[in-house]
Order: sequence, then C-alpha cells, then structure tokens
Amino acid sequence: MLEIKVAGSGCTSCNVLEARVKKVLEELRIEAMLMKVSDFNEMARLGILVTPGLIINGEVVSQGKLPSESTLKDWLERSESR
Amino acid sequence: MKERTKLLLLVAVLAAAYFLPIEHVRVQRAFLEGLFLAKSYARHHVLLCLVPAFFIAGAIGEFVSQGAVLKYLGATAKRSIAYGVASVSGAILAVCSCTVLPLFAGIYKRGAGLGPAIAFLYSGPAINVLAIILTARVLGLKLGIARAVGAVTFAVVIGIIMAELFRKEETERLANGPDPFAVGATEAGRAVWKDTLFMAVMIGILVFANWGAPNAEVGLFALIWRIHWPLTAGLLVVLGLMIFKWYEKQELTGWVQATWVFAKQILPLLFAGVLAAGWIMGRPGLNAGLIPSSWVASTVGGNSLWANLFAAVSGAFMYFATLTEVPILQTLIGAGMGQGPALTLLLAGPALSLPNMLVINRYLGPKKTITYVSLVVVMATITGMAYGAMFG
Repeated sequence: MLEIKVAGSGCTSCNVLEARVKKVLEELRIEAMLMKVSDFNEMARLGILVTPGLIINGEVVSQGKLPSESTLKDWLERSESR
Repeated sequence: MKERTKLLLLVAVLAAAYFLPIEHVRVQRAFLEGLFLAKSYARHHVLLCLVPAFFIAGAIGEFVSQGAVLKYLGATAKRSIAYGVASVSGAILAVCSCTVLPLFAGIYKRGAGLGPAIAFLYSGPAINVLAIILTARVLGLKLGIARAVGAVTFAVVIGIIMAELFRKEETERLANGPDPFAVGATEAGRAVWKDTLFMAVMIGILVFANWGAPNAEVGLFALIWRIHWPLTAGLLVVLGLMIFKWYEKQELTGWVQATWVFAKQILPLLFAGVLAAGWIMGRPGLNAGLIPSSWVASTVGGNSLWANLFAAVSGAFMYFATLTEVPILQTLIGAGMGQGPALTLLLAGPALSLPNMLVINRYLGPKKTITYVSLVVVMATITGMAYGAMFG
C-alpha cells in the first residue's frame, strides 16, 4: 500500500493538492495511506522546504508546485507498480 | 463552521445593524468614501497594474527554478552568499505567503542556519513582488524603491545581528538525510535566459503601460511617454511570439493556473482592504473618513521619533493581508501621515503581526522572538526617520 504525505500549512494550493490526490486515488482505485503534514519541523525533517509538497513512500516527489491531475496520475501509477 | 459560531455571527451582524450610527453625515460620507476608493482602484490600478503583476508572479512561481536558488541556502553554502540570497529570494520562493514558515524552518534546522533563516523570514513577506509593484504604482516610485531596498538591507542586517547574539546556542540539526537543499540539480529544460527575458518583457509591459506623463515637455521621460503605448503594444507582440515558440501548452496552462490562484486568493482581500481604508480614513486629502485627519496628522504626521515609533509598533502588531498595506497607507498618507512614518509602517507592517509572532515564538522561543521583533521595530523606526528627513 502506498504511503502518501501531503505537506501544507493551510493555504489554498496545499488544500487543492490534497483534494487532487484524493480524487486521483479514487479514480485509479489505488489503496493508499494519505496523511497531511502541517508541522514545519516535521516538514523540514522530511525534506520539504517549499509548500505544497508531495511525498510518496518516503520520497519527495514534488515541492513548491501544484502538479496537475494527469501528472499525479502518472506518479501514482508508477509508484503503485513498483 | 460550528452552529454556535454562526449564532454569534448573526447576533454580531444584528447588533451592528441595530446600532449603526448612520444618521450622522460623517458616517454616511465615510461609507461612500469606501466605495469611491474601490472605484478608483478598479479604474486605475487593476487592469494596467495588478493583472500584469499577477501574471508576473505566476510566471515566477511556475518557471523559475527553485532548486537553483535553494542550493545557496543549504548547510554547506557560503555564509555571505546565503545571506544575500536569503534576503532577495523571498521574491522567488515565497510567492505564496504560506510557504515562508516551512522554508524558514528548513533553513534554520537543516540549512544555512539562524542568520540566513531570519533574513529570509523577514524579507519573504516584505519583498513580495506584487506588493512592491503596487507600492510603486500607488504610493510612488520613491517609496516603492525605498521599501524594496529597505527590506533587503534589513533582512541581512537583522539576520547577522541575530546570528551574532545567539551564536553560542547550538542549533539542533534535524535528522541526517539527503540534503533537501540539493534538490533541483535535476531540473533541465529551457535555458535560464529565456525565462529571464520572458519575465523582463512582462515587466517592460507593466512599466510602459503605466508610464506617467512627465512634468517637462522634453527629455527622455517625455520622449518615452509619447511612444509608450506603441512600445507596450510592441512588447505584447514579442510576448505572444515567446509564448508560441518557447513554451509548451502544459507549461502555459500551469502558468495561467498559478496566476489565477493568486488572483483568487488576493483580490477579495485587497478589495476588502480598500473598502476598509476608505471607510476609516477616506480618500486622500478629503478628511471624509471615520477618523478625522487631524488625529492621523497628530499621531503619525511629520517625522518625529514618536510618529515613527508609533507607526513601527502598531505596524508590527497589526495584521496586513497581502497588498492591503497599500490602500491603508495611501489613505493614511492622504490623511496626514508623514513620508518617514509611512516607510516605517511599510517596513514593519507586512512582515510582522501578532498571530505571526505567536507562530515564530513556537520555533524560536520567547527570547529570540522578542529580540527579532524589537530589531524590526527599531530598524524600521530609524530607517523611516532617515527617509523622512531626506525625502519627506
């Protein structure tokens, strides 16, 4: 099962990213544990410097940008098949 | 929203309506002033200034390689470079204001350390591209430049002072892992000069579209003014060509989306700020707001130490949503605030607020937080007084 963390502190982009990830997970029917990280110390520890950030299975996949749904689909499918 | 909150809100609105002192002519006029100011902004600043500015901010967010900037803020980066980069990179990295705090925490705990982290913390909100553009536009080029220069200088100075004062305390470095500041080496794609030129063209459009009529009939400024619309149109054509030839559809969609996210977040708050500024202070020079101009002039008029200090302290605690400091300052200046205290407010206001101080306190603890806030207040006061003495 995938472990996904969305790093954000409550601004619009961060919430949009979380919603998009949920939507794509549902569409692709991928099982995942989705967590929201709002504590800055935790973010720094995970290696996220610029929000919104996306971490899949411990790897920082993106930060500082709001990836499109199609990009998210790509990443999630690839992670699923690893 | 909880039901109890809804009830409280309803009661508050009813109470306001019940006690509304709308019989007083001054109150009536003040309400109109808010609307007058809103109309003035809609007519004079939105289309030619804010819209291009949002696109520029969107382009910075989408196209500028963060990795290229971040590597100068890492633990292994040279100190002097880290300070320099930290004090200006707010313009590039913190285009969304909520990302200042995570990046601050990152620089502090895993990157270049307390000094550059503080420099970034201060300059992030202060050197906001949109804010500088709107400041220059509405409050004048001098204040705009003074704000930008002041923000960068402060950031470095305050960062260095804090780093020196607290040098003995060791920063607990967080877990060892891959250096997050080394990200971005992988970003390939378009040459940097193309992105830079793209943004330069947009800035050119912004500048030429807003070129004001000069006082004299001759000279370079007058010459440019005569042809400023053809220049703008020419640059727009160049921009169009760049868009078609250099950028892929997905990148352009990303750019427009980023621009829209800013506009959505910022415009409603700016609108509210404009209305509030109009109600409270009234349009410049008319003394038609709720607060009489004489009160403003006596507290923050002129360039005294008291005026600047008052501006710095109230600015530090007051919360300013992005860009709202501009209409508030515009109306304050129009009601009698001096140029010196105005710059003081610009330097102390946007970067600090009471809620912001409480969050910083969670990271730095009371001693460092109080030092930081005091440094900002003191330096803002001094800089404001100096500016007021020279240009007031």
